[in-house]
Amino acid sequence: MTNLSSESVDGVVSPDGRHLTSPMATEIPVAGRSLFGDAWERLKQNKAAMFSLFYLVAMALVCIVGPFFSPHLYSTIYPDYVRTPPSLSPYPSEAGIETALDDVLRRMRLDKKEWRQDGDRIYVTVTSSKDIDERNTRYLDRSDTFEDAKLESKSADGTEAVFSAAVKQQYFFFGTDNIGRDLMTRTLVAGRISLAIGLLAGIVAVVIGVVYGATAGFIGGKTDEVMMRIVDVLYSLPFIFFVIMLVVFFGRNFVLMFLAVGAVLWLDMARIVRGQALSIRRQEYVQAAEAMGVSQRGILQRHVIPNLLGPVVIYMTLLVPQVILLESFLSFLGLGVQEPMTSWGVLISAGASNIGTANWMLLFPAFFLVSTLFALNFIGDGLRDALDPKDR
Amino acid sequence: MPKPADKVLEVKKLRVTFRTLDGEVEAVKGIDIEVKGGETVAIVGESGSGKSQTMMAAMRLLASNGEATGAVDYRGSNLLELSKAELNKVRGARISMIFQEPMTSLDPLYTIGNQLMEPIMRHQKLGKTAARAEALRLLNLVKIPDPERRLKSYPHEMSGGQRQRVMIAMALANDPDVLIADEPTTALDVTIQAQILVLLAELQENLGTAIVFITHDLGIVRRLADRVYVMRRGEVVETGETEAIFNDPTHDYTRMLLSAEPTGRKAPPPPGAPIVMEGKDVEVTFKIGGGFLAGDPMLLKAVDRINIALKKGQTIGIVGESGSGKSTLGRALLRLLPSEGHVFYDDQDISGFDKQKMRPLRHELQLVFQDPFGSLSPRMTVGQIITEGLLVHEPGLTRKDRDDRAVEALKEVGLDPIMRNRYPHEFSGGQRQRIAIARAMILKPKVVVLDEPTSALDRSVQKQIVELLRKLQIDNDLSYLFISHDLAVVRAMADYIIVMKQGKIVEEGQTDAIFDNPQQLYTKTLMAAAIDSTRFRKEADLEKARAS
Repeated sequence: MTNLSSESVDGVVSPDGRHLTSPMATEIPVAGRSLFGDAWERLKQNKAAMFSLFYLVAMALVCIVGPFFSPHLYSTIYPDYVRTPPSLSPYPSEAGIETALDDVLRRMRLDKKEWRQDGDRIYVTVTSSKDIDERNTRYLDRSDTFEDAKLESKSADGTEAVFSAAVKQQYFFFGTDNIGRDLMTRTLVAGRISLAIGLLAGIVAVVIGVVYGATAGFIGGKTDEVMMRIVDVLYSLPFIFFVIMLVVFFGRNFVLMFLAVGAVLWLDMARIVRGQALSIRRQEYVQAAEAMGVSQRGILQRHVIPNLLGPVVIYMTLLVPQVILLESFLSFLGLGVQEPMTSWGVLISAGASNIGTANWMLLFPAFFLVSTLFALNFIGDGLRDALDPKDR
Repeated sequence: MPKPADKVLEVKKLRVTFRTLDGEVEAVKGIDIEVKGGETVAIVGESGSGKSQTMMAAMRLLASNGEATGAVDYRGSNLLELSKAELNKVRGARISMIFQEPMTSLDPLYTIGNQLMEPIMRHQKLGKTAARAEALRLLNLVKIPDPERRLKSYPHEMSGGQRQRVMIAMALANDPDVLIADEPTTALDVTIQAQILVLLAELQENLGTAIVFITHDLGIVRRLADRVYVMRRGEVVETGETEAIFNDPTHDYTRMLLSAEPTGRKAPPPPGAPIVMEGKDVEVTFKIGGGFLAGDPMLLKAVDRINIALKKGQTIGIVGESGSGKSTLGRALLRLLPSEGHVFYDDQDISGFDKQKMRPLRHELQLVFQDPFGSLSPRMTVGQIITEGLLVHEPGLTRKDRDDRAVEALKEVGLDPIMRNRYPHEFSGGQRQRIAIARAMILKPKVVVLDEPTSALDRSVQKQIVELLRKLQIDNDLSYLFISHDLAVVRAMADYIIVMKQGKIVEEGQTDAIFDNPQQLYTKTLMAAAIDSTRFRKEADLEKARAS
C-alpha cells in the first residue's frame, strides 16, 4: 500500500492528455546511488541491526584480545579451585585458605598448631616430632593459594617452626571448570575458534553455494540436471564418513575443519539459490537484458545475484549457528579441536553434563553463544530489509 | 426478490485509511454510494482511485493495516459493525464477490463440483445429492457446456472464460441480493470478455440481482450499467445515469476518461521504403512433456509458417487472442527463441546466428515488454537499468558519459532526469513503461518489438504511451512490430495489421481495410467484441425476448 500515492501520479494529466509532470531542466548532478550504498544507509537506520553489529565486533575483539589480558592461561589447571563458583571477589576465601593450608601441611607431614592471617600474609605455627626442614616452604609455594613462603622462626629443638606465606589473590569471574581451569579465559579462547569457524565456514559455504546454485539455475537444462545430481550424490555421503576420510588423509588441522564443514553446508545453499535463480531467470527483466545482448556473466552479476541476496543473507545467519554446533559435534567425536583448546560448543556440552553441580559452566558459554547468534539474526534481518529497495 | 426501488446496499461517508511506514494514507475519502435492488452500478476509476478498496472495506476484507469508518448499510444493519458470525451470514450468501483472476481464485486440487457444492451444503444445509443438483443448475445457469462432465473437471482443465463462469456460478450459489464484480473481465480475451458481459447482463435480467461492477474500462460500463460513479483519488467526482454521464460529462476527469481512447491513425510508409526485417516461413515448435521414460513429447506449433515483411518506418500490428502465438513470433524474429525458417535483417540472413554473432546487432533490435512491473530489475536504479545496454554495446563510455545519455533518454520519454537515481517500485505503471521504452531507445534501435506495451496500463496512460511511441517513431525513423490484443490501440498505432489465430495468419492488410471490412469470421468476431459498444444490451434483450 505504500505506493498508493505514487500510483496516481500518472493520473495527473491535463484534459488534452499531456503529461503534467513535464521534464524539468535539471542538470544538477545528483550523487549516484548504488544498491550497496543505499543498503548501508538503510542499515544504519535499523537500531537493532546496528547495535548487533557493534556487539558482534566487540565480541570478536574481546575474544581475540581478551585472553592476553587475563591473569590465567586457558590451559592452566588450578587443582585447588576445581569447580569454583564465579565471584567478583578474589579467591581464596577465609575457609578456602584453611582448607588449602591443611592440604599443604598434610603433604609436609607436619602438624598445625595455630595459624593467623596478617594483611595478605599468613603465619602458621607447625610442630613435628622430628626436625623441621626449612625446604618445606616449597610445598607452600607449590600450592595455587600461596606464594613467597618463608621460614620466619624455628624453635631451638627444631620441632616447632613458624612459616609465613603471601596469599595469592585469584579472580575467577566466571568460575572454574571440572579440573580447575579459569572459565573466563577458556570462554574467550573458545570464542576465537567458534567465531572463526562460524564465519569462515559460513562464508565458504555461501560463496560455493551461491556460485554453484546460481550457475546451475541460470544455465538450466542439462547442465542444471548434472550439477544438481552431483549435489544429490554429495548429500548421500554420510557427513561423518566424509570428515573421517579427510582427517585420515590429511591429518587433523584447523583449516581442514573449515573445509569439511563448508564442503557439507554449501549443498543446502546451492539448492536454495538454484530454485531462486530458476525463477529469476524467467523474469522479464532478465529477458530484457538478453534482448539487449548482455552476456550471461553480466546477467548473473547484475540481475541474478543481487536479487538472490535476500534469502542468501537469511540463510547465512542460520548457517553460522549450524556450523558452530556442527563443530562441537565433531570435537565431541574427537575430530575437531582438541583439549586443552576448546570451543563454545565443547564448553556448552561440558557445562550441560555438570548442570546440577556447576551451572555456571553452562551459563557463561551459552550466554556468549546465544547472544552472538541473536546479534547475527538481527544483522541478517536488517541486511535483508536493507538490501530490498522496496522496503522503506 | 427486493422491489427494484429498494436500496439494498448503501455506503455512507466511507473512509478507508491505511497505516504505512510513510504515515497514514487515505485511500477512500468519505464517499456515498447506493445500490438499488436489481440495478447495475458501475464504479469507474483508474488504478489507485480507491474503487476496489471501497468494496473491500464494505465486505470487511481490507488488509490488516487498513481501517474503515463510516457506515455500510445492508437492509438496516451496518456491515462495518456486525460481529464475525453475523457478517458471515451476509457475506458470501447475501452479498457475494467475483474477482479479477479466474486462474488463482479456484483451488487447483479440487474438482469444480467439489468447490461448487461445499458452500451450498454449508449455507443451505443441503445433502450431497441435493447440492449436486443445485451445482448442476448453477452451471447450466452460467451456460457452461456439458455441465455433468464439468463437475468432475479440475480448474486447470478449463479455459479462463469457463473458470470465470464457474466463479460467477459460485457467487450466485446462494441467490445473493448483491453481486460485486471486481474487474471480472480484465484478465480475459476480448471475445471471452464479451461473452462474460452478456452472461452477467442476462443473469441480472433473470435473477434480479443487483450488480456492483468495478472497472477501469468505461467502454464496458456503457454496455452494462444503469448508473455510474466515477472515482478519482478516493473521491467520487461524478455520478449519474450512464447515458447522461456519457453524453454530458460535467467533470474534467470524466471527460478525460471518455476521451482516453487513443485517437489518430498512422500513415503507411512511403511506397519505396526498404524492408528492414523479413521473416520467411517462420516456425516455432514447443516440446511439451516427453523425456527419457515419458515417451515422445507432444509438439505444439506456436508459430506456423509465417511470412512477414517490415518496412522502414512501418508499424505492423499483430492481433490475436492469448495463445495465438503473436508474442512468440515477435521473439522468434528477434532471435530470442529458436525457430525454423529464415529471418532477414538488413539483407542478411540472421536465422543461423548464435548469441555471439547476434550481440553486435542487438542494439538495433529492441523489445519492450507488457508488464512494466516485471521487466525492470527491482534492485537496480533507473539510471542503471537504462544504461545497462550501453555497457554491452558502447563499452568505451565513461560513467559520466553514460549518465549523460541516461539524462537524455529520460527526457526523450518525458520523465524528469532527476528520477534516474530512484528504484522502479517508486514509479507508477505508466512511468515504468516509459523507463522500459527509454531503455530500448538509448541504444538507438532500428526495429522495436512492442509486446503489449499498453495492456497493463490505465486508459489515459495508454493514450500517453501511444503518443510517445508515435513521436519516437517519427523522430528516429523506427519500425515497430506492435503486438496487442487491444484493437483500439492497434488501430491508432499500426498502418498494417496481421490477425493471428493458433499460430497462423488468418487475415492481413492495411489497418483501415481490416477494420472497415474484415473478411474472415474470426476477425469479424474480434472486431465486433471490441468495437461495437451497444451490442451487449441488444443481445441480452434479444435473448430475453426469445425466452419469453
